[in-house]
Formats: sequence, C-alpha cells, structure tokens
Amino acid sequence: MAMATTTPTSGKRTFRHGIHPPERKGLAADAVIEVLPTPARVKIPLLQHIGAPCSARTKPRQEVALGETIGQADAFVSAPVHASITGTTAMPSAVTIPNGRHMQAIPIKAADAQELAGKALLKDILGGDWPTSGLSQHSPEAIVEAVRAAGLVGLGGAGFPTHVKLRRNDDKPIDTVLVNGCECEPYLTADYRMMVEAPGPVVSGAMLAAHACGARNVVIAVEDNKPLAIDTLGKAAKGTDVGIVELRTKYPQGGEKQTVQAALGRTIPGGGLPLDVGVVVVNVGTAASIARAVLRGKPLTHRVVTVTGHGIVKPRNVLAPIGVTYGELIDFAGGLKDGAARIIAGGPMMGFTIGSRDYPVTKGTSGITVLTEDDVAKARETHCVRCGRCVDACPMNLVPSRLALASRNKQWDIAKRYHAFSCVECGCCAYVCPASIPLVQLIRLGKAQMPREEKKA
Amino acid sequence: MAENTNTPESDTQAAAPQTHVAPGPHLSDRKLSTRRMMVDVIIGLLPVTVAAVIMFRRYALLQLAVAIGGCLAAEALFACMRKRRPTLGDCSAIVTGMILALSLPWNTPVYVGLIAAFIAIGIGKMVFGGVGYNLFNPAMVGRAFVMLAFAGAVGAPAYVEAGDVGELRDKMPWLESLGAMPAQYAEAPDGGADTVSAATPMTAKKMKDAGEEGGFLTKFKNLAVGNTIGSLGEVSAIACLLGGLYLCLRRTASWEIPAGAIGAVVILGGIGNLMDPSSGWTVLDDLAGGALLFGAFFIVTDPVTSPLTPKGKLIFGVLFGALVMLLRGYSNYPEGVMFAVLMVNAIAPLLNRWTVPKPLGGPAPIPVK
Repeated sequence: MAMATTTPTSGKRTFRHGIHPPERKGLAADAVIEVLPTPARVKIPLLQHIGAPCSARTKPRQEVALGETIGQADAFVSAPVHASITGTTAMPSAVTIPNGRHMQAIPIKAADAQELAGKALLKDILGGDWPTSGLSQHSPEAIVEAVRAAGLVGLGGAGFPTHVKLRRNDDKPIDTVLVNGCECEPYLTADYRMMVEAPGPVVSGAMLAAHACGARNVVIAVEDNKPLAIDTLGKAAKGTDVGIVELRTKYPQGGEKQTVQAALGRTIPGGGLPLDVGVVVVNVGTAASIARAVLRGKPLTHRVVTVTGHGIVKPRNVLAPIGVTYGELIDFAGGLKDGAARIIAGGPMMGFTIGSRDYPVTKGTSGITVLTEDDVAKARETHCVRCGRCVDACPMNLVPSRLALASRNKQWDIAKRYHAFSCVECGCCAYVCPASIPLVQLIRLGKAQMPREEKKA
Repeated sequence: MAENTNTPESDTQAAAPQTHVAPGPHLSDRKLSTRRMMVDVIIGLLPVTVAAVIMFRRYALLQLAVAIGGCLAAEALFACMRKRRPTLGDCSAIVTGMILALSLPWNTPVYVGLIAAFIAIGIGKMVFGGVGYNLFNPAMVGRAFVMLAFAGAVGAPAYVEAGDVGELRDKMPWLESLGAMPAQYAEAPDGGADTVSAATPMTAKKMKDAGEEGGFLTKFKNLAVGNTIGSLGEVSAIACLLGGLYLCLRRTASWEIPAGAIGAVVILGGIGNLMDPSSGWTVLDDLAGGALLFGAFFIVTDPVTSPLTPKGKLIFGVLFGALVMLLRGYSNYPEGVMFAVLMVNAIAPLLNRWTVPKPLGGPAPIPVK
C-alpha cells in the first residue's frame, strides 16, 4: 500500500498500554452503505447530546418535512433536533435510550410521499462534489452558526455539541483540527465505510472546521488496519494541506486522549479537553456532516449505523434516519440468528446492551453489535491474585484492581488516592482480567456513588 | 454481576432469541486465567525440578511428592473447614508445594515436609482468606516455621551435619560421577580434600569467612551447572534462569522484580568485590550461589505478595536483593532468601501506596455534585 500524503507529526503513532481485542471488522467491512427504506414512524428524542435538552417546537398532528427543526436548543451547550422523515407529528412520549436515560421524544408518522428516499437520499447526503478550495469564503461565524443550526453533535458516541468546540476562543487558541478515523471498537465499520465511500465531505468538513476555529493544521488519524481508507482519503486530500497520519492499531486509540497523544504527541491534562493543548477533535462522520451543513445547508437527519456481529444474519452498514428503532435496523440486516445473546448499542467494548428493540437510534449510535452466547461466554469470577495485568493494560496509567476493590468496599479515600476520576471506562482492564472481575463496572459504580456518599456525610 | 434477563419486545419477530442485559466490556480475553498463570509457573519450575531430580533422584521425588500432596490435602481440608468449595483446580496449591519442596534440603524428614505444607497452606494462605488474600508467600511461611521449629532436621546444621561426607557417599553414590561431592566442587588451593566438610557452597563460604575448619569456596562452574549439594531448588543457576526467563516472557512474572534483585546483588556484590579483590568470591558467585536466582524468579515474583505497580515492583526487587546480601554477609545464616522474601512481602502494601502511578496527563479533579 502506497503511503498517502502523510504530515510529519510529533506523535509516536501509538500510545502507552492498551489492548488488542479481536477486530472482527471483516463481517461488515465490505458491505457498502445501504439506505434504510423509510420507516413507518420514527421517535426523535429531544436530548441526544451532552448538555441541555431541546424544547419541542411542533404541536401534535402537525405536518413536518424532512429536515425541519422540531426541537429547538435554548441553551448554549445544546443542539436542535430535526425531522428525519416527512410526516405528521404525534403527542411527545417517553423513550429510553441505550445508556438508560428516559426522555421525551417526538414521534413522526411517515407520509406516503417522501421527497427523498433510496438512492436519491444517499446521493443527497454523501454524493456530489465537495470542494476543497475557496472554503474561506465562509466566515468562521457563519460556519459555527450553520453547524449549530444543523444540530451537529459528536457522532463518535459522546455527543458533545460540535458548534461549541468550533467557536473561537482567544484564551485557548486552536492550531490543529484532528479528524478521528480510528474506529478502534471491534466490529464497527461505519466510519470506515464513510472514509472509503465518501472521503470528499470528510476532507471538506475538516477544512471548514479548521477555518472556523482558526487552526492551521488539519490531520486525519486512521489506524493502519484500514489501508483502503488511508488510500481513498489520501486521494481526496490531494492538493490540500490536509495530512493523513497512520496510527498503529490498538484499542482504545479512538479515545480522544489517546488519539491526540498518538497522532500529535500532546498530552491532554487530567480532566481537561483537547482544546487545552490547542486541538479540536472531530469524528469522521461529524466532519462529513459539517461539510453538508455548511456547503448545502442540510441538518443532521441521518447517520451511518453498522449492524453487525455473529448474531446478525446479514451484517450491513445502513444509512438510517435518526429515531428509527433498533429492531427495524436489525430486521433490515436479516434479523437475529439463533444463539444471539446480547444486542449492544455501539461496539462490544464500551457499548451498552439494550433491553428492548424499541429503543430509538440517536445521533451518537455508531453501530448495533449482536454477540452470541459463545462471544460473551466468560469464566466464573475468582479472587484477584494481583497479577497486575490490568495495570499493564490501562491506557490512563491507573491501578484498576485497586480502584475496583475500593468501589466494592466503598473506601472512597482509597478510590481518590488511586485517581478514580481519571478512568475513561474503556474496559481494557476487564477485558484482560484473568480472574474475570468486572473491574470497569465496579469503577463506574464507585465513580457514580462516591460524591453522593460524600455529600451525605 | 447479576444479569437481568429480558425478552426483547417485538411485534415483528415473535420467536426472537432471548437476549440479555449485562455490563460491558462484552468481550474478554479467554486465554488468560488464574489457572493458566499457575500452570505457567509450574512449567517455569520444570527445569529446576528436573535439575533437582538428576542430582538427588529419589530423595527429590520424595520431597516433591510430600510437599505437593501435603499442600493439596491442606487446601482441601481448610476449604472444608471454611465451608467453601476447595479451589484445587486453580493449581495454586501445586505451585506452593513445588516451591516448598524445592526450598527444602534433600534429607528433610517426611513428617517435617508435611508439617511445612500444612503450615504453608493453612497459616500462610487460608487464614487470610485463600488465594489472593495472603500477605506472605505461603511456601516461605511453611519453610520458616520448620526452619525454626525443627532446626535440627532442616535448619542450618542439617545442611552440614546430615551431609557428612560419608553419609552422602552412602546414600547418593551417584554424586561422585556428577562431580557433586563437596571435595569435587571445592576450590581448595591450599588444603586437600580431607579438610573439606560436606557443606553446601553457602555454608562452606560462611565457615571459611569465620575461619572455621572445613570452610571453602566453591568453583563457579559447579554453582552455574548445579552439581553441588544444597536445597533442591538452589542447585542449578542455569535451570533457574531458563525457567525464569520463560515466566518473564509469558509475563506471568514481572521482569522488574528479578531485574531489581539481580541489579542490587550485582552492585552490592561488586562493591564487596572491589573492597576485597583477593577473596576469590566474585559477583558471579553471589548470583549463582545459594537460592538467589530461584528466589528472584520464582518466589518473590508471586503476584499476590508483590506490589502492583511497575515502579513498586522494581523497588521491591532491589530491596529483596539487598536484603539477601545483607543476610548472607552479616546474619548467622549462610543464606538469606527466605527471610528476605518474608520481609519484603511485609512492605509490599506500603510500596503500593508509595508508588501510585500518575494518570496520563495528571489526576483529573474530583467532580463536585
């Protein structure tokens, strides 16, 4: 594989510790993005991001068109939501999203006539020309406003409103936009397909983001297990200043602390953000959506979702409207196989299992992974023998076994001494633990309980 | 963790498979298990065990059988007393038994070996709550007990008196052909074979340092290959290195510990060497003699009783090496591995506390809720 345009960066192309879980991306890596036929109804949650929820802007039984704003963001750290199909709204009702939160959602019943569906929708979202020159005609303020109005949030899963990251901040100037194409979660291929099939909007979006926040460098970081994506991005970025950096495949390289470390050699301070070291990190899907929002004025109504796993009949990458249920996507991928054991929102390392097929797809849904009994089989938990494998695996350089024990025994002073709040919950420790202790689950519990207990005392 | 079972609610697929809700990560590395680690230690101990069996033949086999059998029986008995399912399957009792056997002299009486095994498992491990909870290396607890309580049978005198040259020749006539009779491994430039006692290399050195009759230094070649008498496992330096490197490569033993221990011995032994260059005892003899390598690779590397953090492990190894040198040089015992192990075990929790690693980018502030 010929090396694409590679920007010299000071990163070592990798980070300390981490693990190598089985990748299993082959299941869906070659499945071209397909468009989900317009569902009969969608339910669009009013909170799909970190920040304040939106307020409903529509009344029940109101006709809405694809792309119309139906929930408006009243706070600064918030993002509006849009109708992902043309149809009629109903009374807002409560839905549960995979992380367990309950919230209001606006149901939309599909109209018989959809202006965009099938191939036309795919072309509208990913096709066409994506300019890489003359982008400076868009003022930074106009870009930020277009991104805000389009309801863009981080599509990698965290869901932080994108316009907040792109706004210029004189106290913390940004010099680099880092596009995160690592997709280090096993199984998932949505970002990979995006880079292979639609590198144009990714490159344009990255350049627009850099222009908005005043960054001089644009770097796209891709793991070296995706040579085709590196190649296609390199071609799309030809003649631009956008650099592509190939990182050595390791989990959790896609975590922003690790990506910034590996690609740029900069260490984000504990509890800090990439902007503390002059970097804005956006996911490849987000970058593509930035281009679409700014160049075409289109909001975020659809996203690519990988439906995969050995428990799925026909693994696929699907362009799906936000608000469609998990069940419909699973059926589109041929349904569940016998032996399917867990339906996971996201990938197997950090994803949540869902209890119902009726959960809606949100802006942060990167994939649906269905694992079989065989995949999830785990030995019975035994005593910790302090072998230290978790210490060797922890990308944050923590002592997970000690933290987990502190959580189990509610010893908050010990949890603090061992820096429980530096844990990013990537799950490396629990993956390697020879004693099958649910380390990351215990640490998560401790983090949730500790401050509350403190307050009581 | 309890798993909630949920039937997926679906009107489109009536006979969907039942799926579960469980915390992530949903994959785990199944190649790793506690049992697998213990099996690794057993594999790592094989070269030393084979060396011991070549040297001491049926006496070595007897000690191994007694110690391993005793440890397994003790594990089962104490687990029953605690009304727990005996955890014989994790092989940790076998490891304790092997290390215990290899740390005893060839002529240890059977009853002493059995007592050591029961003390090792019972007092060394089970009273703390079983595998993973013990503070001290179980095998060393068992050995320390019989060393002190049955000093005549296994203590320092046993290594000398029971190994009286005539008795050695009577009981193990094959030693002569292995070149393992004290007279054969003694470097005796000024004295003949008759002034040589039947002492182990470390005891003989101690005696020589004290100016006692019968003391001598041992040829380095014998220390390395292992054709000397001594505890079963302390004979062959090469076998220890072989098995030890396997453990480090498998990452079942942390390389930091033996590296620290060997480093400390090299530095301290080197200083001793420079101060007294004519003594004929070099750093290499310090390393290959006694149970230093056996201890550094197989005993102190026990994960349960060593620190968790890389920095802590290195300090732990250095302290172990330094203590061994201190005890060898200044205590009344010819060898100090056992006491050194127990002492560093005692400070392992403190080392953990002192060497909490700094998180990437520094500690995150505690959120205020």
